[in-house]
Amino acid sequence: MLIFECPYCGVHAEETEFSPGGEAHLKRFGPGSDDTDFERYLFMRENPKGVHFERWRHVNGCGKWFNAARCTMTLEVFGTYGAQTFEPPQDLKDKITAKRPGWSWRDFS
Amino acid sequence: MKRYSAFAIAREAIRFHSGWERAWRNPEPKKRYDVIIVGAGGHGLATAYYLGRNFGITNVVVIEKSWLGGGNTGRNTTIIRSNYLQDPSAAIYEKARSLYENLSQELNYNVMFSPRGVMMLAQTYHEIRGYQRTAHANALQGVTTEFIDPQKVKELCPIINLTGPRYPVLGALWQPRGGTARHDAVAWGYARACSDMGMDIIQQCEVKAVRQKHGKVVGVDTTKGAIDCDKLGLVVAGHSGVLADMAGFRLPVESVALQALVSEPIKPCMDVVVMANTVHGYMSQSDKGEMVIGGGADGYNNYTQRGSFHHVEETVRALVETFPMISRLKMLRCWGGIVDMTGDRSPILSKTPLENCFINCGWGTGGFKAIPGSGWGMAELMAKGQSPLTEEFGIQRFKDGKFIDESVAAGVAH
Repeated sequence: MLIFECPYCGVHAEETEFSPGGEAHLKRFGPGSDDTDFERYLFMRENPKGVHFERWRHVNGCGKWFNAARCTMTLEVFGTYGAQTFEPPQDLKDKITAKRPGWSWRDFS
Repeated sequence: MKRYSAFAIAREAIRFHSGWERAWRNPEPKKRYDVIIVGAGGHGLATAYYLGRNFGITNVVVIEKSWLGGGNTGRNTTIIRSNYLQDPSAAIYEKARSLYENLSQELNYNVMFSPRGVMMLAQTYHEIRGYQRTAHANALQGVTTEFIDPQKVKELCPIINLTGPRYPVLGALWQPRGGTARHDAVAWGYARACSDMGMDIIQQCEVKAVRQKHGKVVGVDTTKGAIDCDKLGLVVAGHSGVLADMAGFRLPVESVALQALVSEPIKPCMDVVVMANTVHGYMSQSDKGEMVIGGGADGYNNYTQRGSFHHVEETVRALVETFPMISRLKMLRCWGGIVDMTGDRSPILSKTPLENCFINCGWGTGGFKAIPGSGWGMAELMAKGQSPLTEEFGIQRFKDGKFIDESVAAGVAH
């Protein structure tokens, strides 16, 4: 069972209070983009075995979207952070590096 | 290979069962094979089997990192049906279903195929329209299905509650030739037949790297050493993304957990398979008497083969409403498998950007029923470079926008 802390309202709760929203930090493409960009945006996902960043929504709470860092091999939740960012905060990245040396995810590690 | 038969049982009975031989050999890998199949689940073994049976390619090795049939092949709810809406899906699933009919005879291994009938409940008016459309499409595709009214549902499955407070049963899509089979036996039967043709099955052997030269695959590095090949088939379900990464390309799949559970065994009470897609639950009774129950997949990426408890709870809650008599049943076991989901919920059987490397993945929540058809098509694809069964399932379709959209057509529960 996953336990998250909502970065907005500060509530600690298990996953039934939240709803998963897929991979975080997607680069979005709109009308006029080429097929490769659309394919990447719509269908290609990191799907890592290990450190993953994803969107969750505090659906049975404050209702806000946030991002979470999680390990898909152990279901450990490393931490959560606000959605208004293009990258996880440095302290969270450091925390993950301490636990999973050598991890990488898309362009940042 | 000594054939199994009633005579063999009698023969072994009088000599204290001393003459049974191992169902398959456990060899050490050779340095080189014509074809390497990664993944000794149902799909991988079926691919190898039909490579030998249909194309005479028997210098084949099937590599498995764990034990054969130990992944999703041994973790599903064993349902077999082919009542899909889209033509390419109906073709490959119906091919599989029709191969299941004679699979026990063909493999000389009892896969216990039981065409007891599969019923998909319509519990909203939207679903009635959807399933009537599917029934019409199936008629055109040559798949025998029928939309039946609630009285017929009750006749076929007396333990059902038609007048549930939230989701009454308004009808059902009925496929009389659908059913179940013994999932382990499917893997074991194919493994035995492959081994008999001289193919090697290497268990406890994990692929660590895919070797390539000039854009062509030349072999794999494994925990039991390097193995060379002409052609490579990746048939690894939940770990497809990991293998694709080794081969240097990306896949439009996400790996999530799908759970199932069984109850304590009870007397026979239900001789059909019932699926309720609106409420996310499906149930059948095994030959041992256990109620075999499955539900929807979890919503987040996962490689751990265990899912969230609340999905089990949701599934059971929905089924208790539809089958009130199961409310006092104890559940014996619950397990999860890692399924690879594509965006359109249809599989990928395709060439890849790496030449001579082929992939069969993306079966998501519905792979078991497709095993013989998937193996048939994949073998043809690998032997001849194309197959009428697989041509619509190419990896290119996500770029071209030519989806085989079963995610809304067939409902989410496969």
